[in-house]
Amino acid sequence: MLSDPVWFRWVRRVFLTLLAVFTLVPIYVMVTTGLKSLSDVNGDFTWLPNLNVSAFVDMWSTIPLGRYFLNSVIVCTTAAVLSVLVAMLAAYALSRYRFPGRGVFSTTVLSTQMFPGILFLLPLFLIFVNIDNTLGFSLFFGTRFGLILTYLTFTLPFAIWMLTAYFDSIPRDLDQAAMVDGAGPLGALFRVVVPTALPGIVAVTVYAFMTAWSEVLFASVMTTPASRTLAIGLQEYSTSTNVYWNQLMAASFVVSIPVVALFLLLQRYLVQGLTAGAVK
Amino acid sequence: MAAVTRESPGTADTAPPVPRRAPLMTRLRRIGLPYLLCVPAIVLELLVHVVPMLAGVVMSFYHLTRLYLRNWQNAPFAGLSNYKVSLQLDNAVGQSLLASFARSIAFTVLSVGFAWLLGFGASVVLQGKVRGRGFWRTLFLFPYALPLYASVFTWTFMFQRDNGLINQLLVHDLHLFTPDKAPFWLLGGNSFYALVITEIWQKWPFAFLMLMAGMQNIPGDLFEAASIDGAGVGMQIRKIVMPMLRPVNVVVILVLFLWTFNDFNTPYLLFGFGSVPDQADLLSIHIYSSTFQNQNFGLGSAQSVLLLLFLLVVTAVYLMVTRRRRDAV
Repeated sequence: MLSDPVWFRWVRRVFLTLLAVFTLVPIYVMVTTGLKSLSDVNGDFTWLPNLNVSAFVDMWSTIPLGRYFLNSVIVCTTAAVLSVLVAMLAAYALSRYRFPGRGVFSTTVLSTQMFPGILFLLPLFLIFVNIDNTLGFSLFFGTRFGLILTYLTFTLPFAIWMLTAYFDSIPRDLDQAAMVDGAGPLGALFRVVVPTALPGIVAVTVYAFMTAWSEVLFASVMTTPASRTLAIGLQEYSTSTNVYWNQLMAASFVVSIPVVALFLLLQRYLVQGLTAGAVK
Repeated sequence: MAAVTRESPGTADTAPPVPRRAPLMTRLRRIGLPYLLCVPAIVLELLVHVVPMLAGVVMSFYHLTRLYLRNWQNAPFAGLSNYKVSLQLDNAVGQSLLASFARSIAFTVLSVGFAWLLGFGASVVLQGKVRGRGFWRTLFLFPYALPLYASVFTWTFMFQRDNGLINQLLVHDLHLFTPDKAPFWLLGGNSFYALVITEIWQKWPFAFLMLMAGMQNIPGDLFEAASIDGAGVGMQIRKIVMPMLRPVNVVVILVLFLWTFNDFNTPYLLFGFGSVPDQADLLSIHIYSSTFQNQNFGLGSAQSVLLLLFLLVVTAVYLMVTRRRRDAV
């Protein structure tokens, strides 16, 4: 490791403390503001709340938070699971076969990751609206299905990339042993490769879920009040007359719990998957 | 890779050796299988990414306004006029596009610079067997794990003029301003800095994560050998960490650049859903409003295409320069 003279130890302490303050202050503000009453929140900022949990109760009735929550859960879970299923098949092909077009496919898929969302947003919106007009009912635009389809594709490139790396690390002899035993390639994938790569697969699913859970741009255009997700729904705590800051912070805290808990639980695998590509 | 006989190009190299007289169907299936496995991914990519992107390019050549939204086939052809309007600096459209482009550059340079600096600093001081390393890592990953909107809303609240934490600190605790002169953070010139701070808070953990992983791959003996030779911490960072970390840095900076430059969510949410002050009007917001608020879809598409071209050129040049320098070393 780096040399560790006394002055460097002090640099470390000071730097880490400052960074911890920078990191934690917003989180502290989020949690404590949720524990304040509306009149406290509208007055001068105070560091310590006069404990009041009304925001955590009222937030469910000020806006249809339950519905937005449900929409987010349905959309993000479905998108994440489907995305990983689709990615698993493609990653298996990329990891185990050399076929003409393989390079083109993986480059194209990966490069869509860097394109600005704003570039797809409008055409996708128009395509969805026009298909729906032709069909005569809303299949894509303003529906959960349309949003699922969009998010599923957004997380796909990264999922394929990460899963290919995971599959590459599994010895091919394992698949071959399964095939000798009479399994087909798909049998080998689902009975041998998938169970072996399970931590990686779970990590990729969580990553896809988190990405979808935080998405704002497409949700802002592609949802109607019925299909609205949390990312957009939470703005309704801000009305023309008042901003319910305490409820907004309480709701922000509550909707963060699922993703933060998943992240912490699977931290090791997520970090491994995220850094694998860059560090290799 | 396991030893397999390669039968013909295009055949799976891991498939068991194909018997000489395998039925045609079996062989076709074996060749077709990888393609079949990719079909769902290809269909989705085509539908949601590739076709819309091409449609966007086509749309940029039409006068596509609200009137033609439902019957876009009838929109009049515009040739290059959407591009001309966007790039001509003698009209308001071109000038404001250029201004927001410059703002995006400044925003990206500041945010990426500081995010990298914080991430690098944290990974340097946590290099090796520092006590509590896992604790610090978990702590610093919180901003990364939180849903973006939850953290941005919190920053919006902290930046409130009358009841926010920042002004409480500056006005009431430190007495840097009198209450009637309390600064506005989400209006006017300060809004740009508010945006940069929020962006750094979200992005630096990513740099930290990547750089820390890269740092772990540096063999420990290098440091020991250097310190025996009398190299201090600064020297070790300059002569060992920086060169060894170069490949990771190249990737991290590129990814951060693309993310930050394209970032729409932070400015959109920070100022209360779209009412972004002029001083924080980044390119992504600018294109979004010229598309959806002004309902000029042709112009919006042309500007998105210009943005994409810019990103492609920057990425290509960046990769060329970093690669050439690596070859030269």
